[in-house]
Order: sequence, then C-alpha cells, then structure tokens
Amino acid sequence: MNILGIETSCDETAAAIVQDGHQVKSSVISSQIALHAGYGGVIPELAAREHLKNIGPIVQAALNQARVELQYIDAIAVTSNPGLIPALLVGNAFAKGLAATLGIPVIGINHFLAHIYGTFIDNNESLNNPENYPILALVVSGGHTAIVLIQQDGNAKIIGSTLDDAAGEALDKAAKILNLGYPGGPIIDKLAKTGNPEAFNFPRSLTGARGKPLAPEHKFDFSFSGVKTSLLNTVKSMTHIDDILPDLLASYQAAVMDVLIMKAIAAASEYNARLICLCGGVACNSYLRQNLQTAAEKARRKLLLAPPKYCTDNAAMVAGLGFHYAKNNLLGTLDMPANARLDHNLGILPFAIGN
Amino acid sequence: MKIESQCDATTQAIGEKLAKLFQYGQVVALHGNLGAGKTVLSRGIARGLGITEPVTSPTFTVAQEYKTPDGHWLYHLDMYRIDDEMAAIAFGVEDYLTNRNAIALVEWPERISRLLDGNSCIVVTINHLDEETRELDLPDALGEKLLQIGLPEGARVIEP
Repeated sequence: MNILGIETSCDETAAAIVQDGHQVKSSVISSQIALHAGYGGVIPELAAREHLKNIGPIVQAALNQARVELQYIDAIAVTSNPGLIPALLVGNAFAKGLAATLGIPVIGINHFLAHIYGTFIDNNESLNNPENYPILALVVSGGHTAIVLIQQDGNAKIIGSTLDDAAGEALDKAAKILNLGYPGGPIIDKLAKTGNPEAFNFPRSLTGARGKPLAPEHKFDFSFSGVKTSLLNTVKSMTHIDDILPDLLASYQAAVMDVLIMKAIAAASEYNARLICLCGGVACNSYLRQNLQTAAEKARRKLLLAPPKYCTDNAAMVAGLGFHYAKNNLLGTLDMPANARLDHNLGILPFAIGN
Repeated sequence: MKIESQCDATTQAIGEKLAKLFQYGQVVALHGNLGAGKTVLSRGIARGLGITEPVTSPTFTVAQEYKTPDGHWLYHLDMYRIDDEMAAIAFGVEDYLTNRNAIALVEWPERISRLLDGNSCIVVTINHLDEETRELDLPDALGEKLLQIGLPEGARVIEP
C-alpha cells in the first residue's frame, strides 16, 4: 500500500511516499531542495505563504523521486495537529483537495505520534516483538518534551511532559543569550564537546535536587525555564565568557539532558518498560544519545535511537504512521479539522502489536 | 504604575487578578527580557480566566490557543521567532489580534510594533530587579483598578 505523506506543521514543507509503513520510496524536505529549486537558499521561517508556494513542487518531487504515479497512491496522510494553524491549513487543504480528486481516503496524523513512529520506520520488527512492550518513548523537540508509555494493545499515555519550556527551546534560548545563532541545539552540541560538563552546577529542576521537595504528580514532568534563567544570571555575573564558553555550554547541556535521561530511566523502571525509544529534533544531540545509551545499558533496557533523518521534521514518519491507520480502516474525512494543540489523550496507537 | 513582585508565584497571582480586568477583544503587549517571567504572568492570566490546562511557552509554536470555560479564547502569542511585521502577517497573526472573542497576549511585541500601535493595546513591561524579584510596569488606569481589587501577597507598589 503506497501512502503519500504531507507535513506542514512548522518550518518545513515535506512530502514522502512510503510503502507498507516502512519502505521509504522518497522523502523530500523543503530546506534540502531549496538550493536546487531556485529559491536562493533562504526560506523565511514560519510563513504559511511559503508552504503554499512549496507544497505543489514538493509533492511532485516526492512522486518523481519515488517513481510512483498519482494513480498508484492508496491514501494521503497529512499532519493535522499539533502545529501552527496557518501552516497546517495549507497541508490539510492540499491533501483534502488531492484526495477528493483521486477518490482516495485522507488520514489526519498527530505530529507528535509521527515522531515516535519515526524511530520505527527502519526498525519495524521492533514493533512486532511482544518482549519490547510496554515501550517508553522520550519525545524531545523544540516544541515538545514528553514521556509516553505505549502498551502492547496500543494504549498510549503521556506520563510526563514539560510544565513550561521544551528542551529544544532551552537550547535555542541559551544560544540566544550567548549570541550563538539559531537553531541553538546543533551549535551547542558542537561547542560543548570540548567543555567540562561539571564546570558549572546548573539546576536540575523537578528532580528533588537541592533539597526542593518534588510533588508526586510531577515525578516525570519537566521544567526548563529555571535553568535558562540560571544561565542568564551566570552570564550576567561574568565579564569574560569567551574562554569558558565550552565549559559553560557543556555544563548547561548536561543540566538539560541529564534530567531527560534521569526521568526516562526512572519512568522505564517504574512502569517496567522493556524498550526505550528516543525521538524528536533534540534526539540528534550527541550527549543525549551517548549518555542515554549508557544509562539504558546500566538499567538493562533496550534502546532505540531514531535515525537523525527521522528526528527532524519529515513526511516519511507521517506516511509511515498513515499506513497503520489505513490498514486498520481508521480513516479521516474531508471535514476533519486542524488543531494547534496536542491533545494529551493519545488514544489507541494503530502500530502496536495488538493491531 | 510600577509594582514589585517577590517571586514567580506572586507574578502568577498578579496575572490571575489582571485577568479579571481585561475584556475580550483586547490585545496585551508583554515586554520583558528572557527569563523576566512573561510566560509566568501569562499562566496567571490563563488561570484567572478559568483555564486549567498546562500553559507552556509559545516560543516554538508562535501561538498557543486556550479555550475558556465560557467559550471565549485566550491567545498566547510569541513573536520571538518572527522577524518583523511582514513575517507576522505571512504567519497569519492578524487573525489572532482581531478576534473580538479573544484576549491576545503578545510576548516580544516590539517585533510587530507597527501592527499593534493602532490597536489600542495594553502595554505591560516586566523587568528583572534581582534573581527572584521583578518589577511590573502597568498603565496607570490598569494599576488603579488592580489596587481596587487588591494586590496579592508578595506584591507592593513601588511607584504610583
């Protein structure tokens, strides 16, 4: 079954053709082809009008690269939540129009769940192994930071999430405070490599560290607003930061990532999760990948790291997840809405083994 | 009018009180540097409007929409990632600023000042005093109304 996936929830316009949920025939992202398509290499971020310009050529490119003609597409999967509404509307209107013309179903996809599915595109067999359940997913990006527990029957629950800033945002804002550029994640990852992560002691919020009692309901929640303010205060108190910049960044990065790792491992132990998966844009971070690997081995949990190409926004994860909805006949309708917010009630995931 | 807030909890409590003084259709410009507490104040305003769900930073999403129990909206906008007025219009920000059934809170409003000027928006500024305490600068008329309904614990007037 060939699914055309369309993703316009944020900065990237993306389209992909994926067969049977795992054979990626093409995956095209606007920022990758911008240089070849005469855009001059600069795409303004966040503009719904840019999606409007890109969407037609990107979908055509995905079809061309996959060597699949429109008549062989069985369904269209489109990100319908959460995201930026003006941006989502472009993808959804396009998907609905095309689906209506072709007389094929349209499927609304949750972007957050698509990121989780991105871990499994190249590791589909992990989903079919009952010994991997329950699965614990750590989803970390610029917009989300959450721990999700997935049972064998597909029942999924968010057991913890950020109360203020997302982890990726904590990195972006730190880069901003230090004038390092945007996005902050990759820059900090690189500069922190030569630094000492123990040079500065930044707070680990909601961990019970420094004697602050932790409310039981926030056991697996996150807060990254405080560490950002702490960095700001540290920077303000110093006159020369250039010399110690790597130490500062390494320590800051460690403060953010250590909390993610600590809570993921603790949650895996509490809920007896057999497999931990890491996904979302921040899952590209090398410190997080390495240290979560070490921690998972120590805790004797299996670990799957989403490949970097499926960590950042893409449409392959959307098309892949769409296959499982189509297979189970869980289709959308031409009047389905687009929503900005993540519904914390995730429902039943169609890709778990029970389905 | 300038009001001192002792800590985040006080800033949030001030927000809860301010919510009672805003009207749907109004736009509130929230000035303040990184870490000043704009999202904390916004969370208080949301709580004051009866919104119970988590109020998280809108930096990445640019716009967060919350439905109030009485069927209105609170829009929490953040122009941090928006370069200028043209980019904001391309994003679709006008839909958020002109809904008469919504209160729109705008963080980093200076990025779109030309869109807000004609909008009779309420300007609130939060400044760092030290690590914990903040100074909230409110329009005098709004400050007076806030005093009438009473400041929360931990807040005091420092400049009438």
